[in-house]
Amino acid sequence: MELKLSREDAAFRDEVRSFIAANYPPEMRVPNPETDLTKEQSLLWHRILHKKGWIAPLWPKEYGGPGWSVTQRFIFEQETSRAGTLPPLAFSVTMVGPVIYTFGNEAQKKKFLPRILSGEDWWCQGYSEPGSGSDLATVRTKAVHDGDHYIVNGHKTWTTLAQHADWIFCLVRTDPSAKPQSGISFLLIDMKSPGVTVRPIITIDGSHEVNDVFLENVRVPAENLIGEENKGWTYAKFLLGNERTSMAGIGRSTRYINKLKQIVRAEIPAEDPAHLEFLRDIARVELDVLALEATELRVVAQMARGIDPGPAASLFKIRGTEIFQAITELTHRAIGNYGLAIREHPVSANRFMPGPDYGHTASEKYLNARKLSIYGGSNEIQRNIIAKAVLGL
Amino acid sequence: MDIQFTEEQELLRSSVQRLLRDQYDFEARRKIVASEEGFSRKQWAAFAELGLLAAPFSETAGGLGGGPLSTMIVMHEFGRHLVVEPFVETVVLAGGLIEHVGTPEQQQSFIPSIIDGSKIWTLAWTEKGSRFDFADVTTRARRDGSDYVLTGAKTMVIAAPWADYLIVSARTSGDDRDRGGVGLFVVDRRATGVDLQSFKTIDGRRAAEVSLRDVRGQLLGAEGEGIAALEACRDRAIGALCAEAVGAIGELNSATLDYSKTRKQFGTTIGSFQVLQHRMVDMFIAHQEALSLMQHLSLSLSAGDSALSRLASGAKSKIGYAGKFVADQAVQLHGGMGMTDELNVGHYFKRLSSINIQFGDPAFHVLRYAQLDAAA
Repeated sequence: MELKLSREDAAFRDEVRSFIAANYPPEMRVPNPETDLTKEQSLLWHRILHKKGWIAPLWPKEYGGPGWSVTQRFIFEQETSRAGTLPPLAFSVTMVGPVIYTFGNEAQKKKFLPRILSGEDWWCQGYSEPGSGSDLATVRTKAVHDGDHYIVNGHKTWTTLAQHADWIFCLVRTDPSAKPQSGISFLLIDMKSPGVTVRPIITIDGSHEVNDVFLENVRVPAENLIGEENKGWTYAKFLLGNERTSMAGIGRSTRYINKLKQIVRAEIPAEDPAHLEFLRDIARVELDVLALEATELRVVAQMARGIDPGPAASLFKIRGTEIFQAITELTHRAIGNYGLAIREHPVSANRFMPGPDYGHTASEKYLNARKLSIYGGSNEIQRNIIAKAVLGL
Repeated sequence: MDIQFTEEQELLRSSVQRLLRDQYDFEARRKIVASEEGFSRKQWAAFAELGLLAAPFSETAGGLGGGPLSTMIVMHEFGRHLVVEPFVETVVLAGGLIEHVGTPEQQQSFIPSIIDGSKIWTLAWTEKGSRFDFADVTTRARRDGSDYVLTGAKTMVIAAPWADYLIVSARTSGDDRDRGGVGLFVVDRRATGVDLQSFKTIDGRRAAEVSLRDVRGQLLGAEGEGIAALEACRDRAIGALCAEAVGAIGELNSATLDYSKTRKQFGTTIGSFQVLQHRMVDMFIAHQEALSLMQHLSLSLSAGDSALSRLASGAKSKIGYAGKFVADQAVQLHGGMGMTDELNVGHYFKRLSSINIQFGDPAFHVLRYAQLDAAA
């Protein structure tokens, strides 16, 4: 399905398409880019986009954005995801960047924004804590004034790729006496500061994606506070809004469905009754994608006319993640007995993995995809948001 | 219908429970899985000592005569503790085949060393592209004196790296997918011409791709009639795997329930949210239904009912879907913790996922259930 594009937009789409074809680094085309690349490899595409001026579609021109329209941004997102490119680190470009240019001071903008764009700084997100998952407003990590510094103590968890990070943006409690939401501040912490410890959390797919981050008497310059003290909740919500809009994942789902069709064709003979059953299951999930894509295009058209979808964006998170989980389940089922095997991490070409290449990541993807309905505000929370903010229940 | 255990069965259950409680907690299991060999010979010896490896065999074969109900009891407890040792492969699959189709000489020669724990066995039937079809066999066997010589390749053979013997399905006549012409052969895993490429499975076991080049094997059962033997073997395996699944489902439900009563968000326990209460009610219902079908199937296996295969497929499908639903929800309700390698929840999830692949997934078996009805 395509947007009806103006001649200029169609030309832009062609330009993006050919740029990707000519410039996407072949060494990033590995079986599972999310786990198989080193930090340096995963930054290759980031650096190419930066050089081209396309690294931060969301950002205003004055801070280094390309100055695209809503439609152009959507086209870019669609083309890069259809082509299977690894998106630049969201925590840097999509999350903390917009918070800094929207709520930060001039010195902070000057210090941090160029390094986010260039990929010099890798950011991670210090939101969740062991006692604060869905209920983020109860964060207990404390920041206490000490001259022109804060002393920070606490424990952040599920911190994605903290092992690579140069900086962490944290929600910290600066006023313990205030109501939960009103005593929180938004603080930027250098990961090299004494007292910061990163401990790996291995997930059920065997990969090391998330971490615990322990903060023990970490001295943070007061100049690293974003905006006003105790107003951090406003900035955090602003950021979570950005996290949810890109979660429909149409391009990714479409790619995985195409791969699934190829696996079913190769694994299950047409005369096997299971073949027809797979065709039906695949068609169902394709229709789910079609309906979500149509919804996305409708919302993009509305946004181009200046209408904000608001909390309805939760719909994309719910359906996008449910659809992708269903696709990974079908793929795992399609490879039959080979679904019992799983690659060992860290991945090495020397380790034997049975079965055809196209099935080698099916188990780990299936297991890893369970996280999608949990992170970024669980799907139960997203449904609460729609119930409350959209339906007025 | 609710099985009232006899005194002997109750004794079996409590002794397995005690052994696993004392020696097979989650940390002990983690160490076993991470060990070089990937399973514990010490545990295996303890199982033998307790008589678990003898329990299902008939008394004439040297066993305790407990039949499918004792398998159910053992496997239910194994499911609760995520036991990785190859009880299904050695006792249920290989032991069952030897007992049911082996000659008296083969029974006398093989079963005692299964019962005393000195030999490990497994069944090698899957081939590249065979999915869940026993008849999709390209491995060939040709007669050579009183023995046979096998050449071919078997895939995804669980426990093969641990095994002393393999039972291999191979074709003496007919074309790929013909029901006739497939036989079963006992092969020494260390025999010349047997080559293994080993790997780990998602549920912490070891498996291998097995290639056979002019390997000597001994016929088990009648030549060309292996498919019927394998089908009966699958029914027994399904009985064991269903009991294991029900054990795992029960553990996931109690872990989730406990967690929902202690985990606080928004100033209250998450178990007080109605949407999660209803989810856990559905998990409870799934467990109750699975438990009932497990008992129903085990009783039918004991009685040797005529419609057994259809019931086995029905149970495999229904309990498979129940396991998937409960595992999905247990991870979801545990939130990020459910995703970690550290917590046992994710390991139950992975074992239930594996059970859903072994001997056919729930979609395969629901179709087979329908087809066996149409054929009746």
